[in-house]
Amino acid sequence: MTVFLLRRLLQAVGVVLAMTLLVFLGVFAVGDPVEILISPEADQLERERAIRELGLDLPLWRQYLVFLGNALQGDLGRSFVFNEPALQLIYQRMPATLELALGATLLALLIGLPLGLYAGLRPNAFGSRAIMAGSILGFSLPTFWVGLMLIMVFAVQLGWLPSTGRGETVTILGMRWSFLTWDGLLHMAMPMFSLSLSRIGLVIRLTRSGVRENMVMDYVKFARAKGLSPNRIVFVHVFRNILIPVVTVMGLELGGTIAFSVVTESVFAWPGMGKLIIDSINVLDRPVIVAYLMLIVLMFIVINLLVDLSYSVLDPRVRLESRE
Amino acid sequence: MGKFMARIHLAAALAVCGVASLLPGTAAAQAPAPSLTMAVGAPITSLDPHYHQLSPNNAVADMIFNSLVNRDARDRDIPGLAVSWRAVDPLTWEFKLREGVTFHNGNAFTAEDVAFTLNRVPRVPNSPSSFALYTRPIIGVEIVDAHTIRLKTATPYPLMPTDISNLRIIDKETAENATTEDFNAGRAAQGTGPWRVVEHRNGDRIEFAGNQNYWGGAPPFARVTYRMITNDAARTAALLAGDVDFIDQVPTADLARLRREQRITLSETIGQRIIFLGLDHSRTGATPFITDNDGKPIEPNPLKDVRVRRALTIAIDRHAIAERVMEGAATPSGQFLPAGSFGYVPGLEAPRANPDEARRLLAEAGFPNGFRITLNSPNDRYINDARIAQAIGQMWTRAGLRTQVEAQTWSTFVGRAARTELSAWLIGWGSSGSEASNPLRNLVATISREKGWGASNRGHYSNPAMDALVTSAMVELDDAKREALLREATQMAMDDVGIIPLHIQTNIWAMRRGLQHQARADELTRAQDIRPAAR
Repeated sequence: MTVFLLRRLLQAVGVVLAMTLLVFLGVFAVGDPVEILISPEADQLERERAIRELGLDLPLWRQYLVFLGNALQGDLGRSFVFNEPALQLIYQRMPATLELALGATLLALLIGLPLGLYAGLRPNAFGSRAIMAGSILGFSLPTFWVGLMLIMVFAVQLGWLPSTGRGETVTILGMRWSFLTWDGLLHMAMPMFSLSLSRIGLVIRLTRSGVRENMVMDYVKFARAKGLSPNRIVFVHVFRNILIPVVTVMGLELGGTIAFSVVTESVFAWPGMGKLIIDSINVLDRPVIVAYLMLIVLMFIVINLLVDLSYSVLDPRVRLESRE
Repeated sequence: MGKFMARIHLAAALAVCGVASLLPGTAAAQAPAPSLTMAVGAPITSLDPHYHQLSPNNAVADMIFNSLVNRDARDRDIPGLAVSWRAVDPLTWEFKLREGVTFHNGNAFTAEDVAFTLNRVPRVPNSPSSFALYTRPIIGVEIVDAHTIRLKTATPYPLMPTDISNLRIIDKETAENATTEDFNAGRAAQGTGPWRVVEHRNGDRIEFAGNQNYWGGAPPFARVTYRMITNDAARTAALLAGDVDFIDQVPTADLARLRREQRITLSETIGQRIIFLGLDHSRTGATPFITDNDGKPIEPNPLKDVRVRRALTIAIDRHAIAERVMEGAATPSGQFLPAGSFGYVPGLEAPRANPDEARRLLAEAGFPNGFRITLNSPNDRYINDARIAQAIGQMWTRAGLRTQVEAQTWSTFVGRAARTELSAWLIGWGSSGSEASNPLRNLVATISREKGWGASNRGHYSNPAMDALVTSAMVELDDAKREALLREATQMAMDDVGIIPLHIQTNIWAMRRGLQHQARADELTRAQDIRPAAR
């Protein structure tokens, strides 16, 4: 177990280093942040001053070494745009994204699992066919279109829900959370649903195929022969087995949902990290891009680790050491 | 949906999200201190008025602070914290300051604050685009008394009042050791303006309260919420849903629909942003994006021939672009600034489209069969930018030039344009201050680091005769003489087709009925320009 964790940690360091290098090269290849940030009225002297001030006059390898040196001391640099520490900017936006992503994942499981179970147990019922057709729509409709349609129907036409923004928040541990107020929840409803839509479809499909696969297996037959009730067979034995692929996929999806819910966040003006990163990429705000991607890489590594660990809980046959 | 229903739904939306707003016919209208919720399309990056020279930041700075010289809706100088100004001698400007003005924290406004501001402006750390270019001409500051200040310059400097209008005055006592972060947190953001910062949530919203002691009169709203909704469709939807009362940057695609809406009012005015084509004047040899019809480079650079440049400009049907691509939200132009600006040349109209004459000019220049050209354009910077470029591509092709259009995101485009990697490109310029010297110096004057000219002259255009006119205009304190010089310089640059002007954008805002707005030429979206409509 310890060896397993240590190896993972070393891998993480390697991946993060490679990623920072890629971002430095990438931003350098795309363009010049000063050209984008500077006022068009600025004359040559002012442009030179800005380049110096932001440390962009140094050769790229020296800029990278300066960054690495500071990063070792826990300083990931200051945003070119906001003049605030990049990490602080990201932390400010993080709760908004986390609650949206977790909410969407939870919603996907709450809706997807029962529907998937039903469709798997009664594959030929009309309801099951409708669910499966609906699930295709779920992940084939583009997120931004769904988002705009939701706004047009529920905010503009019906006036039931607020169109955009985060609403009232409660501050806990210095972070603002919306999900603890009624107003905040109303604001969350549409972005959360639009973000979860494709995941719902995914969970339905995974659950259904899992159920169908497992129902014909020997252990189910054996359980039946033993005289266990159908409910016990489905909800204890089969359910446990189908959870493994669902947990794996949703775990990885959660990472994607947190890191790249850019479209949903901009359609609903949800002030999360996704909006921050897309704005930062547009103006080549390198410190924020690097810091953000470092966090995201770390997050993916942690999520993968948690998924692996959860296997051993769900399936006692899996031993982590044996996976090396 | 009937008007009655619409009202019920709006009221429901308002009740749901708890926004107290004045809506005719609802209980909220009787509230004595109404609030206003605005949504803007561009993010505000800082509340420090001297950190980043960026229009959205300047709009918010205008709400919190004042400059000595303010700008009216047409971007002309008007008294702000200075009641009057004059050049006491060719090298000295004197500003008489407004008396009895206080900052939000109660401190009195004096000449000390002005001197402090002028000293701070060039010393804001990490500024990605500072305001230092406006203080650079000042070589000495002399406080005559608490309400009189004199600024010395090395050469006569007629643009002092215009330049000084970019510098928002901060409170010396509050900001003595304040950092940009202190401003962002609202602590140091103590101005003399009509709105006081209550809360700032970076990238999301700024909450303001009306400054009851404002020298220009107490504002009509007790609270203002300034939200940033960068997605165009979402911003329009937020207005239609009644979540916000007012939006800026109305997308041209939504114009027709919003004009039909009973509960929405639009406010619009011609702006100061010219959309134009830049041309590569820098290369005498072949230019990278022009080849002959077989794909071989052409030497010398055809764009060095004024006949070719004229052909390119008259091949364009600007009225068609303004009407069809821009849905009417643009005015075709033959020069940098709209009519009424200082230095506008009367009679210098947008060239009429004439593809036959363009063909004739090309043949005369030695290209009877035309050539191939690539027009580059950003696709996320100006209103309908890539679509304008495509329309021009078709028009040029009709005049015998096989045109290809290459549109890309601004962050990659601007770097390529800055390195003069392109041959012909679409770009825009928003003049600050309604004065022709601004585009002349920046866009077409010969590049000179010493003078600070031509920093945005991406095509390296150079015309010494025009430079001489601008040089004399820049030290001419007599307004009438200066305007004559600027007119002559503009005429010269346009006759020589230094750039190809296309149109000037119309600035459009939309709001719920019951509000009125003073539309601004400079695109700034500020709460003080909005008030309840008189009924």
